[in-house]
Amino acid sequence: MKAFKVYAIKNGTVIDHVPARKGIQIIERLKLLDHENIVTLGIGFSSKRMGSKDVVKIEDKELTSNEVNQVAMIAPEATLNIIRNYKLKKKIKIRIPKVLKSILRCPNPSCVTNHESVESRFLRVNGKDRPYTFKCVYCQHVFIRSELSFV
Amino acid sequence: MTKLAFKGRDIISIDELNRHEIEYVLENAAALEKTPRPTLLTGHILASLFFEPSTRTQLSFASAMMRLGGSVLGVANSESSSRAKGETVYDTAKMAEQYADIIVIRHPHQGAARVAAEASAKPVINAGDGANQHPTQTLLDLYSIKKTQGKLEKLHVAVVGDLKYGRAVHSLTTALADFSPHLSFVAPKVLAIPKKYLTYLTERGIPYSEHEQIEDVIKDVDVLYMTRIQKERFGDPLEYERVKNVYVLSREHLRGVKRNMKILHPLPRVSEIACDVDETSHAYYFQQAGNGVFVRQALLGLILGKL
Repeated sequence: MKAFKVYAIKNGTVIDHVPARKGIQIIERLKLLDHENIVTLGIGFSSKRMGSKDVVKIEDKELTSNEVNQVAMIAPEATLNIIRNYKLKKKIKIRIPKVLKSILRCPNPSCVTNHESVESRFLRVNGKDRPYTFKCVYCQHVFIRSELSFV
Repeated sequence: MTKLAFKGRDIISIDELNRHEIEYVLENAAALEKTPRPTLLTGHILASLFFEPSTRTQLSFASAMMRLGGSVLGVANSESSSRAKGETVYDTAKMAEQYADIIVIRHPHQGAARVAAEASAKPVINAGDGANQHPTQTLLDLYSIKKTQGKLEKLHVAVVGDLKYGRAVHSLTTALADFSPHLSFVAPKVLAIPKKYLTYLTERGIPYSEHEQIEDVIKDVDVLYMTRIQKERFGDPLEYERVKNVYVLSREHLRGVKRNMKILHPLPRVSEIACDVDETSHAYYFQQAGNGVFVRQALLGLILGKL
């Protein structure tokens, strides 16, 4: 079953290729339960690339770059489809950006960002190894994704 | 010396200086040691913001500024300072930039110097931000090594003690990696050097070895870098008791060492170097502390655009 066959939306964003069972996290993270229009969550679609995937459709909303970055941290391989008047206007392959501002909390209790109101900033460390690691610009500690939580 | 651009620059982490820049700072330090410049920074003011005590670093920066003819404004007592009133690093740095031409900051929180540098339009030098970075310590360590060995390349350097938490050791290891060293790490298993530093060395093809006894390496090394085992790092006091006196370097150890071998220590020492070592030709830790003044003079002069 293809995601767009569920039903088409007129305007908004379809987040495709979300790892299976992670769609709910995106809904929570982007506070989509408070969204005034329709949000659809599809869980466990079959996918050639991923085996199984989730899809999140948000009507009448296009994501800000900060929201896209938050999605990237949950679903680094996701695709964003921007729909305008039932047409696919733009297809964006999500990438974890090189700099993540005010998205992640530094888990180091001695880091200044946990003591003063400093906007957190992480650099994506480019290594051969995936998944990526992330370096706090302030305390310079490097973390793996599972050690990091959202601000 | 080809002039390198240092004017207005922040010095927050040793990783931000490349090999040429490190050598450039050391060359300028050597020139200032040889020929003092008592009026180089006349009319300039250094704001010295010390949010935790550090006698050596604070006095050394003040001495460096004054020996170049500059003046020092200081916040030394963290209890009575603005920090006690809840003022943030950001605000303190914003305030200090109004009063001074350059800011030196020491703070217990990791990353505090970076926050100060982002807040201030005036250059900031990190004089230690918690367990994170203390770049001028590394520069003075390198200066001391170069001064005593005549070079930085291809030396056998052993670091001893708390290699797990020791900030000075971590920065020195990374900085030395650019100079084709042989590195030996001597520590009890619980305080061994973190794996990421060994990976860093492996990736650069730097030979290293790990040991638990000073005797394993002392006869082979050019530099023996001792460190204090820091009580405050241990959650479990019993564990500290087990390792606190594991390395005590005494005169006995020095039999048969290389003539050029020098013992360095970032100080303060507790019990890891016996006092009978002080009078030997190998002891260099007090001169090392003195070298901090030349290195800091060089940085102040370079950053203020006067060298």
